[in-house]
Amino acid sequence: MMNSIIVKDLVKTYGSVRALDGLNLQVEGGHIFGFMGPNGAGKTTTMRILTGLAKPTRGGAQVAGIDLARDGRDLTRHIGYLPEEPAFYPWMTPVEFLDYLGRLYGLQSKIRSQRGRELLELVKLDDSGRRRIGGFSRGMRQRLGIAAAMVNQPEVLLLDEPASALDPSGRKEVLDLIESLRGRCTVLMSTHILADVERVCDVVGIVAHGKMIVQSERQALLDKYALPMFEIEAGPEEILKRWSDSLHGQSWFTSAELTGNKARLAVSDVRLAKQELLPGALRFGLEIERYEELKPSLEDIFLRLVAGEEVK
Amino acid sequence: MNFTVVFRKELLEQWRTHKVLIVVAVLFFFGLTSPLLARYTPEMLAAIPNIPAGLSGIIPTPTVADAIGQYVKNLSQFGILLALLMSMGSVAQEKERGTAALILTRPVPRGTFLLAKFAGLALTFAVSLLLAALGCWFYTYLLFEALPWGAFLAQNGLMLLVFLVYVAMTLLCSTLVRSQAGAGGLAFGGLILLAGLGAIPRLAEYLPGQLFSWGVSLSLGAVKTAWPALWICLGLIVLFVGAAILVFQRQEL
Repeated sequence: MMNSIIVKDLVKTYGSVRALDGLNLQVEGGHIFGFMGPNGAGKTTTMRILTGLAKPTRGGAQVAGIDLARDGRDLTRHIGYLPEEPAFYPWMTPVEFLDYLGRLYGLQSKIRSQRGRELLELVKLDDSGRRRIGGFSRGMRQRLGIAAAMVNQPEVLLLDEPASALDPSGRKEVLDLIESLRGRCTVLMSTHILADVERVCDVVGIVAHGKMIVQSERQALLDKYALPMFEIEAGPEEILKRWSDSLHGQSWFTSAELTGNKARLAVSDVRLAKQELLPGALRFGLEIERYEELKPSLEDIFLRLVAGEEVK
Repeated sequence: MNFTVVFRKELLEQWRTHKVLIVVAVLFFFGLTSPLLARYTPEMLAAIPNIPAGLSGIIPTPTVADAIGQYVKNLSQFGILLALLMSMGSVAQEKERGTAALILTRPVPRGTFLLAKFAGLALTFAVSLLLAALGCWFYTYLLFEALPWGAFLAQNGLMLLVFLVYVAMTLLCSTLVRSQAGAGGLAFGGLILLAGLGAIPRLAEYLPGQLFSWGVSLSLGAVKTAWPALWICLGLIVLFVGAAILVFQRQEL
């Protein structure tokens, strides 16, 4: 599939501050891209450039096949954008607001009202469709923002922290909604909530100091950067210690961390470790209470990579 | 592109936020009361107890010119003030609140966004001024004599043009800064500057304020004109709105 978003050597400076420092990224059509990074890493600046709200100092980008520098005016029909804190006209109702956006896209009256109804139902605001937006909570505004971003059924959806203002059930609904878009449109979703990325994104990009540190498919990233770990709870403690000391000669073993009757083992070869770990422990006479292969977390990888970049 | 959609939203916003009501109410009030004040002020002065002897004799009998004079004096002050107050938040508030970013990522050129705002404000002032003129004409007819309709309408057209100069200037100020208060301050500075320039006799005949006196003379059948000031008014409107569009197109939101 072709790339829906291509960002090449993007630089953006504000006075002496370099918000983006040669950022590169590609998002394949139909994918959900998790754009992660600490605060001030350049996520929102990238979004603002991709929507045409800001201009790059150097470098370029293509969104939905449109070169922003050349045909930026055509872009608005192909994208949907949810800002970090979506703002609305407080005197309007959600029905009126979605109708207004529909008119801007030139949609027929019948289509406008039908799409408005569907979207409000989708974001669970159908009961509040005729209430003034001025009285909405932040979560309700966020949900309306998502509906607003989808009025034109965009090819590319740019979501800046889409679930940050939502309660757990609201977050689940929004993430389910984003997940349902997989294959239908390309989603670039910036967030600092790693659990959300782990749940819905199939490709992950980690940005720090305006640069892309790593971009990869989520599973490939986990496989590549996460240290495979095993945890064993067994006794007696002195045998556990002797056994863990004995592992140092093994080719698949990296390190061990002992806490009471619990040993956390880092390994370099998961397959070999799985074959030899348990039989070896039993040979030592350990009574095993629990044995677990720990799932690598994106959070660990994120923190490690960002910390590595801080050191540089 | 999409001008009518944004224009319609601007009108709806002015209606829902009661901006139309405020402009109509203020201008209509002064339209109605100006001939009344002109007609009854001398009588009210004369009715003051213990007025020095002879003073009531020198208070002139009110005429239709007093009614028109009062009308122009009141509306020029309050109309310009309203032009500043109603326009200062038009762009700055949308930038400050974030609605500009949400709307301008849709198929709305920035020029269209500004032109629709200007047109919405222009229509509000035109309707309000028309109602004020109707009120003024009616009371002037009741208390003095009928004003020539065509000339009186032309006078109000000239007044509208002056108001639009200030609307356009404030729109530019609102585009330049990010806060409503800042836009208001900047526009007030522009107002002071224009007033200061108006105090220079040779320059005054080229400035917007000259259209007020041309309007009065039109309604009273005099021959005074101020064509240079009219062209300068039109030029200023085009200049301010054009500058606002150019600035806005280069601005990052």
